[in-house]
Amino acid sequence: MLEIQNLNKSFGALAVSQDISIEIGAGQCHALIGPNGAGKTTLIHQISGVLQADSGAVLLDGQDITRLSVWQRVQAGLGRTFQLTSVLPSFSVLENMAIAAQAKRGSSMRFFRAAAQERALNTIAHATAERVGLSARTDVLASDLSHGELRLLELGIALAAKPKFLLLDEPMAGLGRTESAALITLLADLRGSLPMLLVEHDMDAIFQLADSVSVLVDGKVIARGTPDAVRAAPGARAAYLGEGAA
Amino acid sequence: MDRPLILAAFIFALLLALPLLLPLFGAAYLTGLIIKAMLLAIAAISLDLLIGHGGMVSLGHAAFVGVGAYAAAIGLESGIEDILVLLLITLAVTGLVALVTGTLALRTSGVYLLMITLAFGQMIYFTLTSLAAYGGDDGLTLWNLATLFGSDVVQNGAGLYYVVLGTLLMVWWFVHRLSRARFGRVLRAARDNPQRAEVMGFAVKRYQLAAYVIAALIAGVSGLLTVQYAEFVSPALATWQRSGDLIVVVVLGGLASRNGAILGAFFIVIVEEVLGSFLHEWRLIYGPLLVLMVLFAKGGLSDLFAPRGTRRSAH
Ligand SMILES: Nc1ncnc2c1ncn2[C@@H]1O[C@H](COP(=O)(O)OP(=O)(O)OP(=O)(O)O)[C@@H](O)[C@H]1O
Ligand SMILES: [Mg+2]
Repeated sequence: MLEIQNLNKSFGALAVSQDISIEIGAGQCHALIGPNGAGKTTLIHQISGVLQADSGAVLLDGQDITRLSVWQRVQAGLGRTFQLTSVLPSFSVLENMAIAAQAKRGSSMRFFRAAAQERALNTIAHATAERVGLSARTDVLASDLSHGELRLLELGIALAAKPKFLLLDEPMAGLGRTESAALITLLADLRGSLPMLLVEHDMDAIFQLADSVSVLVDGKVIARGTPDAVRAAPGARAAYLGEGAA
Repeated sequence: MDRPLILAAFIFALLLALPLLLPLFGAAYLTGLIIKAMLLAIAAISLDLLIGHGGMVSLGHAAFVGVGAYAAAIGLESGIEDILVLLLITLAVTGLVALVTGTLALRTSGVYLLMITLAFGQMIYFTLTSLAAYGGDDGLTLWNLATLFGSDVVQNGAGLYYVVLGTLLMVWWFVHRLSRARFGRVLRAARDNPQRAEVMGFAVKRYQLAAYVIAALIAGVSGLLTVQYAEFVSPALATWQRSGDLIVVVVLGGLASRNGAILGAFFIVIVEEVLGSFLHEWRLIYGPLLVLMVLFAKGGLSDLFAPRGTRRSAH
């Protein structure tokens, strides 16, 4: 489980995280919604270590990971995807996932054995490709993928590392209706076995996936509860509807 | 067998047979030329590990050739003659210098890395020029060369030729394995997208530093053999122009290609020799020639041997 405790972060005068506390238990999917610029990505960055919080703590399964570097947090079991796709463009789809698995399975200071022939890694990569629906595309270079496929690979890279907790930053961004629906089904399958924090604008996704929701506006959590309760709360409704209406 | 392996087999078979094909050891001049090219190729393969695989462009790599050469020369001057002992000394000194400079330099990347490696290279160059006991600016002629178990077979002629060729082959093979192993994969990931590599769980800087040290060690070995071949050591080995030449060899040969580094090295040495023999201002032709080569053989010399329409893989 993931515990975010009293996290604060400012960029100069701009307070992007103000005393944020969220607790996400085993098997839970917690959604984070809010208008553009609310500080959602910044929060994901602080949890994953890409940005250092000014104060507060992050605990993964009880272990304080606040002071760990990015790679150490991944080794501790944290996985994440990026809002803007971030893959290894000159690697094949399979190798993108194989190297993600490699990171978690033994030392990579190995100089002789061909990595592409490591069966354990390839098995995980193939299984993950199957899972995210890229098994027909394993040999394609990531730089040759369509946007939708890249979003799937983004998720595949995170899953191949077999994380204990998954941070998802707008996984449906830029996807068409059918692609989104397929991804929602996939995430729904994962949900029980893998707790996650889901940043998403797509309300369909949130109602189908989230057990609970926090509404973030200007760096503050202004409402939280079940998706239905949050939908009914007037302030929250204005917050997420506001961006579309404004 | 894939194409790079076939090309490599061809290159090495040719190099192996050359002394037999030509009455080469009568023609000491040609032997010398080929040894020179092989020494350049060894240093270029090591730099290609950084540039081609790691995306780390260093403008100070020749400094490690210089450090290796001086470590060996100073060892020789102190009465150490066994080439294997000298090798250990060279590796220890070069590795240490690389570890220290690399730790600092790799805090940066891109053009800043270029600047800081240039600065370290210059610091090393001036340090070498200040070694008054070993010839200072002018360098030092070595009266004693290294021996192998007391034998002088590795000092010149066929013995030296095959030692250099054997080293080139070992370096080729080592970097080949390395680039396909887990380590090389992480290095390429860090080149492609360092943030992603970090978020995959790799301590990216550690891998880059390890590559930097390995590349320096190989360059150092090239320095040791350069001393043995030239019977002379001088700070000129470590100038930033030399580092620039190494980059030219790597780019001309084709990034991330060991065969390319060999072809590039031979090309440069031969062009320099041929042009230089009839034109004093040979660099006037050399410049435009490089421009044409880079424009028309974009993937480098090694790509000329790839079948039409295929893109060179990232290995
Ligand atoms: N490195 C930075 N320096 C200064 N300000 C920043 C930095 N990164 C983000 N910001 C600002 O912090 C605020 C929150 O940004 P963030 O990317 O977290 O928003 P978000 O909720 O993810 O928005 P979106 O829905 O558009 O993705 C924005 O006003 C942004 O301009
Ligand atoms: Mg965002």
